[in-house]
Amino acid sequence: MIKVTDLSHRIGPAPILSDVSLSLPAGKITALIGPNGAGKSTLLSLIARLTPLQHGQITVAGLDVARTPSAALAKVMAILPQNASVHSRLRVRDLVAFGRWPHHQGRPGPEDRAMVAAAITRMGLDALADRFLDALSGGQRQRAHLAMAFAQGTEWLLLDEPLAALDMAHARRLMQELAALRDAGKSVVLVLHEVNYAAAWADHVVAMQNGRIVAEGPPAEVFTPAVLEPLYDMPLRVETYAGRPLVLNHL
Amino acid sequence: MARYVLLGLALLASAAVYLLPNLGAKWEFVLALRATRLAGLVLVGIAIAVATVLFQTVARNRILTPQIMGLDALFIFLQTALVAGLGPIGFAALSSQARFGLEVALLIGAALLLFGTLLGRGAQDVPRMILTGVILGVLFRSLSGFLARVMDPNAFVIVQAEVAASFSRVNAGLLPVAALATLAVVGLALWLAPRLDVLALGRPAAVSLGLAHDRLVLIVLALVAVLVAVATALVGPLSFLGLLVAALARPFAGTDRHLPVLISAMMLAALMLVAGQTLFERALGQQSTLPAVVEFAGGLVFLFLLLRGRIR
Repeated sequence: MIKVTDLSHRIGPAPILSDVSLSLPAGKITALIGPNGAGKSTLLSLIARLTPLQHGQITVAGLDVARTPSAALAKVMAILPQNASVHSRLRVRDLVAFGRWPHHQGRPGPEDRAMVAAAITRMGLDALADRFLDALSGGQRQRAHLAMAFAQGTEWLLLDEPLAALDMAHARRLMQELAALRDAGKSVVLVLHEVNYAAAWADHVVAMQNGRIVAEGPPAEVFTPAVLEPLYDMPLRVETYAGRPLVLNHL
Repeated sequence: MARYVLLGLALLASAAVYLLPNLGAKWEFVLALRATRLAGLVLVGIAIAVATVLFQTVARNRILTPQIMGLDALFIFLQTALVAGLGPIGFAALSSQARFGLEVALLIGAALLLFGTLLGRGAQDVPRMILTGVILGVLFRSLSGFLARVMDPNAFVIVQAEVAASFSRVNAGLLPVAALATLAVVGLALWLAPRLDVLALGRPAAVSLGLAHDRLVLIVLALVAVLVAVATALVGPLSFLGLLVAALARPFAGTDRHLPVLISAMMLAALMLVAGQTLFERALGQQSTLPAVVEFAGGLVFLFLLLRGRIR
């Protein structure tokens, strides 16, 4: 479980998060939704220790994020940052191989190589494995970074807008892979802008606005006009399809 | 592997050509003189090569070098300020090793203060970084010039002697301590190479993989400061040599992994300096100076990299 207690964060004078307390369940797919500037990415990067904690406490699987050594946390959670960009000229296989760094610190063994190969296959990158990253499209590069996070083999997976550059087919495939990971006992937290992906795949939804949690629960409870209309400040309809909410936000 | 052997052989050959011909009757004296210079050249090459590769990794940029960011100008300013602060007598009372140690310590502190925060987040705005470097360089040079003007003439003579080192006037008294410092720092850099590969993935990815990113950035900056101090103290400022060898070393190594890149850069820089100095002393009869040519070629590479525009 990820437990967030009394979390506040400001960037300069601007409050980004105000008194956020929540717990994210283990063994589930949790989606963070909300309009631009709601504080979703900040919350995720605070959990992931990418941004230093200003006020409040966060524990991941019982480990205090501010006190636990970074190397120990790297074996518990993996992060896909927003706009991940790499400065080195690397092949896809080399990038994915870095996902095993926390486990071998520079000396990979056969098990590490097997995990890397499995992650490459999982993201459908076998044909691209020997291409350089700068010879890939944005979506392909995104998949390479996802494969690196998968290769890390952690209990928790934190993904900031993983669908941002993916086409329909790869977006659905990613969600299927995440569901498979969840069924294997892993926990996933992701920031999503496409509410319908959250409605269809998430087990738990956290809706944020202006740095606060405004709703939390299973998709059927959060994806209602009563919650979504004030959240995004627009009128919309919510139907039910195959037992799950379907938001008609584009009409 | 074969190309490393070839490069090593070329380096040995040019060292032999530099050391051995026309020794004459007083061969002990000549050989010792040449060996001192050769050691200086090799040390400077190694120091500048490693400093540049490390700095470019921390800055996440292939154009910035410690020299372009004004680090050598800062070192000269610190040297001048130390003479001005201690006075000629106090300065002379310190041994040259103690002086060098003090200057290096000051440079590390100043470099961490100036660049620690600036570079830790990654230099996203490259034009701003280059401008910052140019402005800092001019600032430190002007401050040195100002101090030199207001200081007492005896102290100024000392500054002149300290700062006017060049390839043909290698600061020999510093060689042992400089060699020690360089070897220690290079050893540490090679040991850190796998971590530097992770650092190059960018801060979010590096932190996610459990690397102590911010601490490593500060360590690397301190190493860079030591190397720049060594090179500047031995032969004076050299702006573009590092850029040149770093730009050549990556294609030569055929990868961006730090271990092969660092080794290639060191060998290329040493070869360039030794072979170049041999050429100028023996074949061209000192008609031009090696720094002038290295700076010219390096400047062209700098412009080329800038104009190609793909460098981030």
